[in-house]
Amino acid sequence: MESIGVLMLIPMNTYLEQELQKRYNLFKLWTAPQKPQFIKEHANSIRAVVGNAGAGADAELIEALPRLEIVSSFSVGVDKIDLAKCREKGIRVTNTPDVLTEDVADLAIGLMLAVLRRLCESDRYVRSGKWKKGDYKLTTKFSGKTVGIIGLGRIGMAVAKRAEAFNCPICYYSRTEKSDTKYKYYPSVVELASNCQILVVACPLTEETQHIVNREVMNALGPKGVLINIGRGPHVDEPELVSALVEGRLGGAGLDVYEHEPEVPEELFGLENVVLLPHVGSGTVETRKVMADLVLGNLEAHFLNKPLLTPLV
Amino acid sequence: MASDQATTPPPPPLPEIQSHDLSQVIVLHPPPVFNYFMDLFSKKFHLLKAWESPLPLHEFLTNHAHSAQAMLCSGTGPSISADIIRLLPSLRLVATTSAGLNHIDLTECRNRGISIANAGEAFSEDVADLAVGLLIDVFRKVSASDRYVRHGLWATKGDYPLGSKLGGKRIGIVGLGSIGFQVAKRLEAFGCNISYNSRKRKDFVSYPFYTNVCELAANSDVLIICCGLTEQTRHMINREVLLALGKEGVIVNIGRGAIIHEKELVQCLVQGEIGGAGLDVFENEPDVPKELFELDNVVLAPHMAVFTTESFEDLCDLMIGNLEAFFSKKPLLSPVMNE
Repeated sequence: MESIGVLMLIPMNTYLEQELQKRYNLFKLWTAPQKPQFIKEHANSIRAVVGNAGAGADAELIEALPRLEIVSSFSVGVDKIDLAKCREKGIRVTNTPDVLTEDVADLAIGLMLAVLRRLCESDRYVRSGKWKKGDYKLTTKFSGKTVGIIGLGRIGMAVAKRAEAFNCPICYYSRTEKSDTKYKYYPSVVELASNCQILVVACPLTEETQHIVNREVMNALGPKGVLINIGRGPHVDEPELVSALVEGRLGGAGLDVYEHEPEVPEELFGLENVVLLPHVGSGTVETRKVMADLVLGNLEAHFLNKPLLTPLV
Repeated sequence: MASDQATTPPPPPLPEIQSHDLSQVIVLHPPPVFNYFMDLFSKKFHLLKAWESPLPLHEFLTNHAHSAQAMLCSGTGPSISADIIRLLPSLRLVATTSAGLNHIDLTECRNRGISIANAGEAFSEDVADLAVGLLIDVFRKVSASDRYVRHGLWATKGDYPLGSKLGGKRIGIVGLGSIGFQVAKRLEAFGCNISYNSRKRKDFVSYPFYTNVCELAANSDVLIICCGLTEQTRHMINREVLLALGKEGVIVNIGRGAIIHEKELVQCLVQGEIGGAGLDVFENEPDVPKELFELDNVVLAPHMAVFTTESFEDLCDLMIGNLEAFFSKKPLLSPVMNE
């Protein structure tokens, strides 16, 4: 197996890197001083690409790798992969569904609590000594608030299940109404936003869902509404988000993703009704190990001509 | 015109409600709800505001609160000690805005037949929510990584260190009362396994019960302190319990600071004997041990578990309701039963 070339696009997990190094001829794209040259030099031996939420096999890369057989993503979202091109060329694509669902849903609730109850801000309040001068102000109760979910897939359902334990009524928007669920359906995101207090983005990023949360949606969510983004940065019109928060048209936001990671709009740094996380949705020791094993398992299955574990294409 | 006015007498003035017509309620120190809702109380009761008087407390009570039958207090301010109770010969009700009762001499009240009303379950949900929020924050490093992003470090130093998965963790709840039960119910939805220690086993749950808190700690990944502060629970969580919880263990305290031996907790955290802590209460509020400020695996909150608009509004309604019930000789809304 050592002769099989695997191209890893960016650093993502030490364990995964070490295992790939052991089993394959691993090419680490981020170490190359000149990336296009590096790719050209090794194109003939690269049969697999490993990417993640931050970097994927786009059309240009696929074209540059004539021997590419499989793209294995260390993520569940595959918006950085040109799926159509992969289908066209018979290239297999795998991702890491299910194993990270719980962690992402846990974090969504964690963000809701942190924003509404001002956890980060009041931790700062204690650490800065301000508590000695007086109590922190009143915050907003989370239990019982209506939670609106954009995308009722695995992650959306897991968020709903957790929010229900806090007596939160659940409603959702999806491309089509789901017949097997009791939650209230709204046929548009604006209507959903008008009827909930906390709006969660939990759908995949596609051409259709780009900027699915726009100015109109944020205005509908309103000055008491809170936006939680655990999807992808481009789901939300980021400049509009910043002005909605700064102007008070939107009540608050809990963000794990941004349009140009790791850049985060600095205007948000001074706002107390915002919680900013560095894309850690699946970021636990336990889950990243399971994700890595899934990437390794999919690659192994492919090169042994066995059925893939979690194929998308 | 003038002649018209001469023949039609003006309507009698509306009777002003004199504060001395209202029932007296003695208040030693303003409860936090007074910062927002004092006038709701002032309209209905004649508040004897001891804190506004230049007189020393004992003198104020002796001179002005002789006929006060009801007291409104909170966890802040002077304790309702036997000494104070003895200066209030007409006292028949102590209404506290807290769920906790550790600031009231319960024995003295019982001996004198003084009823007690507390916050009941008015803010159990808010307290449970905060406990869960603190736990997720510690496990997933929410406050620590929010700090990291705000300092511009994500772009320069790279990804933040990984957190720990909440699902499948064993949660040990210390005190399965109304708050503890709400915490358990929430964490079950995250795939956690619940066990508990309480004064008595609870028949309405099937969670494993541990008679002693050290054993609970040894079999848990997380301890959540949801019990009241009493003689028995003071410093109940000590070094022995923390070592049993272990190096990956996390403790969350939304009860009272003194339930945990704070010096030993700080030592265990600094030495890495436990994995982290989420604390809303401390032994000497608002003083917080400085060593905790250096730690990223600790989340600190300023005793704010009940400080939501919703809880304060509910609490206000509940306290006013209790006082009105008392004065009209009806059953209290949230009486504390002798256990």
